[in-house]
Amino acid sequence: MSRTMQMAKNGGWLLLLAGLTPALALAQDAVAEAAKPTLNSGDTAWMLTSTALVLFMTIPGLSLFYAGMVRAKNVLSVMMQCFAITALMTVLWTIYGYSLAFDTTGMTKEAINLSTFIGGFGKAFFNGVGRDSLTLAIPETVFATFQMTFAIITPALIVGAFAERMKFSALLLFMGLWFTLVYAPVAHMVWSGDGALMWDWGVLDFAGGTVVHINAGIAGLVACIVLGRRKGYPTTAMPPHNLNFTLMGASMLWVGWFGFNAGSAVAADGSAGMAMLVTQIATAMAALSWMFAEWLHHGKPSALGIASGAVAGLVAITPASGTAGPMGALLIGLIAGVVCFLASTKLKRALGYDDSLDVFGVHAVGGIVGAILTGLCADVALGGKGLAEGVSVGAQLWIQTKGALFTIVYSAILSYLILKLVDVVIGLRVTDEQETEGLDIALHDERGYNL
Amino acid sequence: MKLITAVIKPFKLDDVREALSEVGAQGITVTEVKGFGRQKGHTELYRGAEYVVDFLPKIKIEVGVDDDLIDRVIEAISRAANTGKVGDGKIFVYDLESAVRIRTGESGPEAL
Repeated sequence: MSRTMQMAKNGGWLLLLAGLTPALALAQDAVAEAAKPTLNSGDTAWMLTSTALVLFMTIPGLSLFYAGMVRAKNVLSVMMQCFAITALMTVLWTIYGYSLAFDTTGMTKEAINLSTFIGGFGKAFFNGVGRDSLTLAIPETVFATFQMTFAIITPALIVGAFAERMKFSALLLFMGLWFTLVYAPVAHMVWSGDGALMWDWGVLDFAGGTVVHINAGIAGLVACIVLGRRKGYPTTAMPPHNLNFTLMGASMLWVGWFGFNAGSAVAADGSAGMAMLVTQIATAMAALSWMFAEWLHHGKPSALGIASGAVAGLVAITPASGTAGPMGALLIGLIAGVVCFLASTKLKRALGYDDSLDVFGVHAVGGIVGAILTGLCADVALGGKGLAEGVSVGAQLWIQTKGALFTIVYSAILSYLILKLVDVVIGLRVTDEQETEGLDIALHDERGYNL
Repeated sequence: MKLITAVIKPFKLDDVREALSEVGAQGITVTEVKGFGRQKGHTELYRGAEYVVDFLPKIKIEVGVDDDLIDRVIEAISRAANTGKVGDGKIFVYDLESAVRIRTGESGPEAL
């Protein structure tokens, strides 16, 4: 996203220059003509496709990935949560979300004011977003919908951390508040352009390592700690009830992720092409590295392991997909697979928190690994796109770390406060009896299987 | 008459059915069951979480036989279900008081 947003800024600057030099009337017209954004149907076609692909990641991809890992009595509750979040975020994005994230009114490079952290209400209810408005070379309607699908999947990722024990009403309230107070500001700070906090720091986050994965992963960790462990964890067996779902879901995530990463170029160009290539490479590498790590460690390679590794690779390449080359992708995949494997197996058991479906171990840890390695892999020496002029690899690594740390702290504190608030207002957890019965029957009066 | 119940490894079911036909057993009843014996259970591992599964899937077959067939039936099952490894199963023999063929009302050995 960063490169193309920069182009738009340059375009505006050219227009301004043209206005300041009346003597060169002919030239200025030419410049103005050239700089006037025009719709590119190739770019638009790809972004329409990408938008559909990213929505496909949440429903059905993530829904199935998660649904397979819970017990049979909770399968519907997880799918229902993903579905409801999709609907709720769409409405909130329409009312004020897009505006809070992408309204750039009052933003100036390096200037710190309210708009450094969050957008205004200028685009509330998609005000001013009509058939003719453009973002870069695509309709703003397409850009806004593309971004909406990111705002949908991010809260949905958190569901895995507190699966099998949260009240549905509490989930809706938590997600609404979290979207408003955490997702929208962080998306704004990273992606909205000059004058936004992390954009001005120079944080490289092409498709959402900080905004999506660290953000959701940390919220998941905080949520599973605040809610507490599932009844019987870790002594009772809680094996996944249908790993076929999980494998299908992971496969859909893999396919959909081409929209997520290659779509973040906001164009059908070389950057999108390279994003697609490195996404495929890192994912495959991480699938293998998790599988081999498990094989060495436990003696057998598992289907859940290879699928988890693929998702870890997808997460880790996300921030780097606009700047890394194939060599960097191999490196990111290799490290992400092993580190996420250790986080989801060793670290989780050592610390004792019950992150039901490993949102922290895969998304936060993979996101952090990816965010930091993005700085390294952007370097031309590793086949990357190259860093901004005058920025050394060391300096970029620090910027990346700073961006990750800021997101971790911000998401952790705000998520904690929101959870505590929801707990006071309506209570977070179902009763012990409901938990034992299963959320499908207890909360929805339905069951996933009537066999 | 005797009722013979055998618990065997699931993949041996076809061999056992064929062996029983050969010795003249007229029909069997099959149930999918779970249990443990000397074979014990096994462990399953999901993302580092290890679960011990105590009960293994087995097949239970029941066959009613006339007294003169008992030894041959037991021998047939033993031979067909044998792999030589732990977990091959067990054969239990009960006295069978009576048997009735529902369609014809025949009773005793004729009903088997």
